[in-house]
Amino acid sequence: MTETRSPRKVLILGALSAMAAATARRLAAQGAEFVLTGRKADALEREANDLKARGAGSVSIQVIDLLETSRCDAVMDLAVEAMGGLDTVLVFYGILGDQAQAETDPQEAERIIAVNYSSAVHWVMAAARALEAHAGSSGVLLTASSVAGDRGRRSNFVYGSAKAGLSVLMQGLAHKWAAQDNAPRAVNLKLGFVDTPMTDGIEKGGPLWAKPDDIAAIAERALVKGGPNVYAPWFWRFIMLAIRVTPFFVFNKVNL
Amino acid sequence: MTSDFHPQTAKRSWGRVVEAHHDVARPGSPEAAAALLPVLQDRGETGLPIGLGRSYGDSNLNPDGALIETARLDHYIEFDPDAGVLRAEAGVSLDDILRLIVPRGWFLPTTPGTRYVTLGGAIANDVHGKNHHLAGSFGCHLRRFTLARSDRGVLDIRPDSEPDLFAATIGGLGLTGLILDVELQLVPIRSACIDQHVEPLRNVDAFFDIAEARATDYEHTVAWIDCTARGDRLGQGVFSSGNWAASGGLEPHAAKAGPALPVDAPGFALNPLTLRAFNMVYRRVQLLKPQNSRVHYAGFFHPLDSIRDWNRLYGARGFYQYQSVIPFDTAREATREMLDRIARSGQGSFLAVLKTLGDRPSPGLMSFPMPGVTLALDFANAGTKTLQLMAELDALVKSSGGRLYPAKDGRISADMFQQGYPEWERVETLRDPALSSAFWRRVTS
Ligand SMILES: Cc1cc2nc3c(=O)[nH]c(=O)nc-3n(C[C@H](O)[C@H](O)[C@H](O)COP(=O)(O)OP(=O)(O)OC[C@H]3O[C@@H](n4cnc5c(N)ncnc54)[C@H](O)[C@@H]3O)c2cc1C
Ligand SMILES: NC(=O)c1ccc[n+]([C@@H]2O[C@H](COP(=O)([O-])OP(=O)(O)OC[C@H]3O[C@@H](n4cnc5c(N)ncnc54)[C@H](OP(=O)(O)O)[C@@H]3O)[C@@H](O)[C@H]2O)c1
Repeated sequence: MTETRSPRKVLILGALSAMAAATARRLAAQGAEFVLTGRKADALEREANDLKARGAGSVSIQVIDLLETSRCDAVMDLAVEAMGGLDTVLVFYGILGDQAQAETDPQEAERIIAVNYSSAVHWVMAAARALEAHAGSSGVLLTASSVAGDRGRRSNFVYGSAKAGLSVLMQGLAHKWAAQDNAPRAVNLKLGFVDTPMTDGIEKGGPLWAKPDDIAAIAERALVKGGPNVYAPWFWRFIMLAIRVTPFFVFNKVNL
Repeated sequence: MTSDFHPQTAKRSWGRVVEAHHDVARPGSPEAAAALLPVLQDRGETGLPIGLGRSYGDSNLNPDGALIETARLDHYIEFDPDAGVLRAEAGVSLDDILRLIVPRGWFLPTTPGTRYVTLGGAIANDVHGKNHHLAGSFGCHLRRFTLARSDRGVLDIRPDSEPDLFAATIGGLGLTGLILDVELQLVPIRSACIDQHVEPLRNVDAFFDIAEARATDYEHTVAWIDCTARGDRLGQGVFSSGNWAASGGLEPHAAKAGPALPVDAPGFALNPLTLRAFNMVYRRVQLLKPQNSRVHYAGFFHPLDSIRDWNRLYGARGFYQYQSVIPFDTAREATREMLDRIARSGQGSFLAVLKTLGDRPSPGLMSFPMPGVTLALDFANAGTKTLQLMAELDALVKSSGGRLYPAKDGRISADMFQQGYPEWERVETLRDPALSSAFWRRVTS
């Protein structure tokens, strides 16, 4: 899909996520500019070269652990300076964590919540302020949440609760912006199963597994229109609808 | 195995005949990929690089061993759109590359009949295309590549700095090390279109006459052969030639392939009757096209790519592909004889392709192409009778001084292979001790 707008100025939080990289490639082909953030300098460098070859206007990198939420505003300022503006923020960082461990070790539970939710609150708020100030209605804030947040399941409910928090946060932000003139858009992807390093340990196959580029195509479209909640791929809307309306006495027997 | 490797129970190649258990790793960076080789070596296990799995038989499988998938080595390193020089990681597909370079007026020096192959796979099989008679094979256009080995670490391989490993890796079937990245010289195009010329072939003799005539005027040539026809119609078909068009825009192919075949076709879908009907209809349709027309490169070079997972058409038992090359001196006789055997057997498929290969030498030690005529076709797997037919064809190829294409093979004997590729022992000496394949164990035993 090609847009008739000037190339995007994109800040990616968690640019090394497989889905973030796939999305960035699509935007690079349209000449977008980027500030990439992540923890690994070499890997960010590699990503930057790839995006430049694919047509990105400019790419700079910021090595940061996104748990360092004291740097939120500074990173926004840096992005604005590097690209001469900012109109798109993609929040892709996250961890699956270990549910079993989280049930006995509060630190693991804490870590899952800190990465997927509490730090994200800081970044989402800072990004919202920056987009309001620098982009107005051309701004978009997109987050990667999960269908795991739609109903608690025994296999991953700590992670699920953090993603539920993120989804509600974005829902609220979208609600706030809907009431304002010249406000940016908030889009929250509710992702199903995606074949990325995060799910490498899980045996794959079957029609429910999407590829990172399938998600990237959905994200690319969601940046232009739709939302605030976008199930990715779309069929998860119906799967989750079925799962949500399943009565407890049935649900409790299913191993999910 | 370390946690980098995950068990996968039913890994198959494109022909889907071989199905085996593998421990599969998908390293996320070139460094992580290179680090896997010493791990394998320490554990006394073998691994094999695998790209998009488009090889048909067992040359890209390593049953009960490990596979290193290059899917995540998919980054570009540098693209110079002025000079047409591209540096990319080995898991980047030709599909991806064409979408990047065509709009900037560049094309691959040669392309196989599908875009869904990786750079690593293109080198390891030293692939050829419709322009082989002029351009030679893929390996003829490589400037350098990076190779990771269990014994020597990461190496910069150039024709002058590491001539042995350069030559052994081109057509080296993934055995000399894991290719990490590649530098290619692209060729300029003025449009994304081909001016195509289509003409009927009365029989196999006509092929030899027309192929010779067209090779001088056309950059791309190929013939499609109806392998159900017999008698004086033996080898009837369609000859297609093409040159890059001077205009027509630089639009690349569409990003996504068409609809996928969702399930295996039932085993009876392909039988002599449906085959004959298909061949007849296909030939008519081809000949109904105007003799000269302007077509997009995707339809011209990669006709099958518009149907995803077409290999499932052959049903759950899978299929074999058979591809031979026979030197010019003996080609006419041998091709006629082979087509005759195939037609009599009633087992030929709808995709018999005949093409002349040229004399531009490849740097590769075990490169398949040689000057002569190559025949390629599918056989649905019907068990013993299919193997028997292929064994008969093997005998013909062997006695005519020809050889078979490892990318397509899952069954030839050691003897047959070694006669066709006398340099195999040099490759064996240069093989990375941590790498092996089902194919290699068979043909070197
Ligand atoms: C429809 C179709 C049409 C085709 N047409 C042609 C044609 O016209 N001409 C032609 O020559 N071939 C043709 N082929 C064959 C195809 O081009 C080759 O099999 C090619 O090697 C497949 O690439 P791949 O990435 O899928 O490699 P795979 O099949 O996954 O692997 C092939 C070999 O490459 C090795 N390898 C892969 N990556 C690396 C790496 N990074 N480092 C070292 N070794 C590596 C593997 O070990 C293996 O030996 C065709 C195949 C299909 C399905
Ligand atoms: N894959 C799925 O099936 C699935 C399903 C639903 C939702 N999601 C969500 O989708 C998003 C993208 O995930 P993915 O599947 O693309 O997985 P991925 O490739 O593993 O990406 C996750 C990224 O988050 C980064 N990250 C984690 N903690 C960080 C921190 N403290 N600071 C900076 N970066 C950090 C990781 O960086 P490092 O490389 O430095 O560790 C990694 O690059 C995640 O939010 C995930 O929860 C995924």
